[in-house]
Amino acid sequence: MVILESRFHHIKALLARLRLDSSARLVVLVDKDGQQIAVHGELGDLDTTSLASLAAGNVAATGGMARLIGENEFPTLSHEGEKESIHICVIGRVLLLVVFDDRSSLGLVKLRSKQLSHELARVFAEIEKESAAARANSSLPFNGITDEEIDSLFSPA
Amino acid sequence: MTFINYASREINCKIVYYGPGLCGKTTNLQFIYDSTAAQARGKLISLATEADRTLFFDFMPLELGTVRGFKTRFHLYTVPGQVFYEASRKLILKGVDGVVFVADSQEERMDANIESLYNLEENLRTYGYELMKLPYVLQLNKRDLPNVIPTDELTTELQRKGEPVIEAVASTGAGVFDTLKAVAKQVLTELRKA
Ligand SMILES: Nc1nc2c(ncn2[C@@H]2O[C@H](COP(=O)(O)OP(=O)(O)O)[C@@H](O)[C@H]2O)c(=O)[nH]1
Ligand SMILES: [Mg+2]
Repeated sequence: MVILESRFHHIKALLARLRLDSSARLVVLVDKDGQQIAVHGELGDLDTTSLASLAAGNVAATGGMARLIGENEFPTLSHEGEKESIHICVIGRVLLLVVFDDRSSLGLVKLRSKQLSHELARVFAEIEKESAAARANSSLPFNGITDEEIDSLFSPA
Repeated sequence: MTFINYASREINCKIVYYGPGLCGKTTNLQFIYDSTAAQARGKLISLATEADRTLFFDFMPLELGTVRGFKTRFHLYTVPGQVFYEASRKLILKGVDGVVFVADSQEERMDANIESLYNLEENLRTYGYELMKLPYVLQLNKRDLPNVIPTDELTTELQRKGEPVIEAVASTGAGVFDTLKAVAKQVLTELRKA
């Protein structure tokens, strides 16, 4: 997947809006393979890389359960804790993850996530086209990378 | 699937360590974790049972450095080896960019190696990947044990396509970084022709 700079800023703006509208602590966008795409909100020392990977694992596992009982996928997942909670909304090949506390509620987060999901689906349809185009016209940054450049990653500076 | 972000100038790739139960996959990651500077790696997440067997996966992000202004990050995953974890094993392979097959060199684990390798090819195929086309390394682990099969015999039996074969003792770290380097290099080389 290739994310161009302008798209990234657009996504960040959408996440910022969702966070505000849902009074959430944090909003993370994750690729279904577990890569974090963008994050917005009160990060603190939260390890969002691990959160992204575990969220993708969680969605993959519940998706597996869904198929066993004859469903295709569970479109949303939520986990409610004593103080902090998580809501995940599956939008095509990305996951919209919202972390919230008692400043918000599951109902509100669900509603706002759903409202944003249509716009995010459109954005990711564009990203998919752009990724395919970048591959097709060989404009990726590593094109023509040399063995020396690759080796340099492994030799201590 | 390799993930390229032009705004944060990052490239992320996913590498999966595959192999039979107890062959040393988690030990590979643990060694990489223990010998990498804190700023180059994230947390090592282990979803394990009480008996310390990998239940779902181990995960660790690792930053290698910068090429052409892009931070290169590898997300390392292991799969659970036991046969009954088939469903979760399959899930981890989704979107994989490179695979390390960790073979257990002990004589009595030969059948388990063959079964796991066959299982890998089958699971890859369900996602439309071909092992033959994927960046891939074969690690022969536990070379320190007394009852191991000679490496040339293991290679004949397990090598699929002329992939690099690396002898290792993951518990002491021997061969662990050579393995990672061999697979990472292939993944990056793939990006050259992308
Ligand atoms: N002697 C020896 N033991 C090893 C080696 N690599 C791993 N082990 C041990 O084998 C056991 C299983 O390793 P683990 O990494 O948990 O296997 P996994 O199921 O593939 O994740 C552990 O007790 C390790 O310490 C090795 O190269 N030599
Ligand atoms: Mg393990």
